[in-house]
Amino acid sequence: MLQRVVRSTVIDAPIERVWAVLRDFNSHDRWHDVVAESRIEGGERSDQVGCVRSFTLQDGHRIREQLLTLDDREYRSTYTIVEATVPLQRYVATVTLRPVTDAGATFWHWESTFDTPPGRERELRDMVAQGVYEAGFANLRRHLAGAADLRGGAAPMPVALPLAARRVVVAAYGGADVLRGEAFDAPPPGPGEVRVRQRAIGVNYLDVYLRRGFIPAMLPLPGVPGMEAAGSVIDVGPGVHGVSAGDRVAYLGPRAGAYASVRNVPADWLLRLPAAVDDDSAAATLLKGVTADYLLRDLGRIGRGTRLLVHAAAGGVGLLLCAGAARLGARVIGTVSTDEKARLARAQGCDEVIVTRDYRFADAVQRLAGGADVIVDGLGDAARDENLAALAARGHWISLGQASGALQALDPDALLAKSASFSRPVVFAYMATREERQARAQRVWDALADGTLGRPLIERHALDAAAQAHRRLEQRATAGALVLVA
Amino acid sequence: MIKVYVSSVIDASADTVWSRIRDFNGLPTWHPAIADSRIENHEPADRVGCIRHFHTRDGGRIRERLLALSDYDYSCTYEILESPMGVDNYVATLKLMPITDGNRCFAEWSAEFDCAEGRERELTATIGDGVFQGGFDALKRHYASGRR
Repeated sequence: MLQRVVRSTVIDAPIERVWAVLRDFNSHDRWHDVVAESRIEGGERSDQVGCVRSFTLQDGHRIREQLLTLDDREYRSTYTIVEATVPLQRYVATVTLRPVTDAGATFWHWESTFDTPPGRERELRDMVAQGVYEAGFANLRRHLAGAADLRGGAAPMPVALPLAARRVVVAAYGGADVLRGEAFDAPPPGPGEVRVRQRAIGVNYLDVYLRRGFIPAMLPLPGVPGMEAAGSVIDVGPGVHGVSAGDRVAYLGPRAGAYASVRNVPADWLLRLPAAVDDDSAAATLLKGVTADYLLRDLGRIGRGTRLLVHAAAGGVGLLLCAGAARLGARVIGTVSTDEKARLARAQGCDEVIVTRDYRFADAVQRLAGGADVIVDGLGDAARDENLAALAARGHWISLGQASGALQALDPDALLAKSASFSRPVVFAYMATREERQARAQRVWDALADGTLGRPLIERHALDAAAQAHRRLEQRATAGALVLVA
Repeated sequence: MIKVYVSSVIDASADTVWSRIRDFNGLPTWHPAIADSRIENHEPADRVGCIRHFHTRDGGRIRERLLALSDYDYSCTYEILESPMGVDNYVATLKLMPITDGNRCFAEWSAEFDCAEGRERELTATIGDGVFQGGFDALKRHYASGRR
């Protein structure tokens, strides 16, 4: 049921003076105690109808409100909440002033309608009526009594401050134990950067390789691992356009550093999150989904009848490959380590599942399909000879990872017998331009939103428990995607 | 088009004040400038469209038609059909708004009308200061004595 709150008072000041304060949509952090900090998004004027004020309350809540009406003739301002951490839904408020002509004073009427979650009607009505409107009356009276409105110039715009945050750092390469949580101050965003409040961080096998020191150039020490995250924009640095505080975003970047609750990233990396995709699903799916996308569409050229061998078919990328390849009409063969994982892979469209813990699968692949046209391999050195044996003539072995250990040098002549090809791709090469990033991400969001991907299977760990998440991944104990929540 | 707007704060709730002024036939009971009033054709005083026929204390005869009445908005709008004032197209609204902090309400009375050139100031004073403010002053005196 729609809630309605009305509060009104008389302010002992001429209407012109009261209106001069209230018509400024960004003035409330100067006179209302409950507002900690406010700014107008996108550098717009505070009397621009349609502008959005983004502000924090003293209790930490964040609210974005849009100015819908500004009427200097009727002394009226109407605005609506477009996003808030307070559960006020469909909130539309109107401030109306009238002159009290026989007293030189101002009548101030403040009202709103909104919905609330069931059972919280009274609490939220009281919060709006007392915490915001009545307190606002008293605060504005004090503001005017102290002549704060008459002192020259507006208060300076609040300057972005460092934010207390957590991150996970690798000080020396090694086992999962080298991942250590620590507190740090997340600095304001620099030129071209956006500061992101990261709520969900994707964990990928690449993070394990970096932690072990396989690719030192990608994780210089001490360093913060992690390539992808989802959350919302806190603030933007100089020269950033088209991104506003509060926007829901995700990114997948070529530079590590995602294992943190707050991170500054180049604005160019950001991908907008549609409402239908939650933070956890985005972080669980972005890198893996984009990987599946380029493997299926570009590198693997998977089509009807393609015999595709997917290792770790119940893993994060594996499940997406099974589902995507099945849609394209491919014949999908997967390898997994347990019967439970076999069930998951089958449910995603894997036609044949080979359960093996000792990297023996070539005979089965030859028997089932006469060899594989494409192999997507994350196993590495222990499965090297089996992969060569599992290939069909003119087959394509795509080495995506090396969970069992770094692949030993491959003699080119090993490919000759089957006229085979070998690829060693990195996802970032397939999303080098902004257009490519957007297009690939959009296909992932679409698949998540329209249900083609189903709800991703997600195992969640706290950010500070990143070591535990890595251990689970390396023990092959997980199915689906791992996400750190901050 | 001339506009007149007068407003005030009265020390009683909007409900209380409204019960005193909503009667379209009740001007003589609260407005000191009105001598008598009746509703034409024996219609009820809260029927929108009814006409009140009254005399001011200085002898003027005025007929006004009720155009809108809202107990929800505490508002009443009427037009002058006949008067000695020399106004045309005269439409006025008397309206209350609650003031939630304290037992009081905001009252506003406004009118729009046309008149002969040169009479604007005089009519604005007569209507605004005399009729409207005079009515509010009477209400304020009435409730100042603690009758709420």
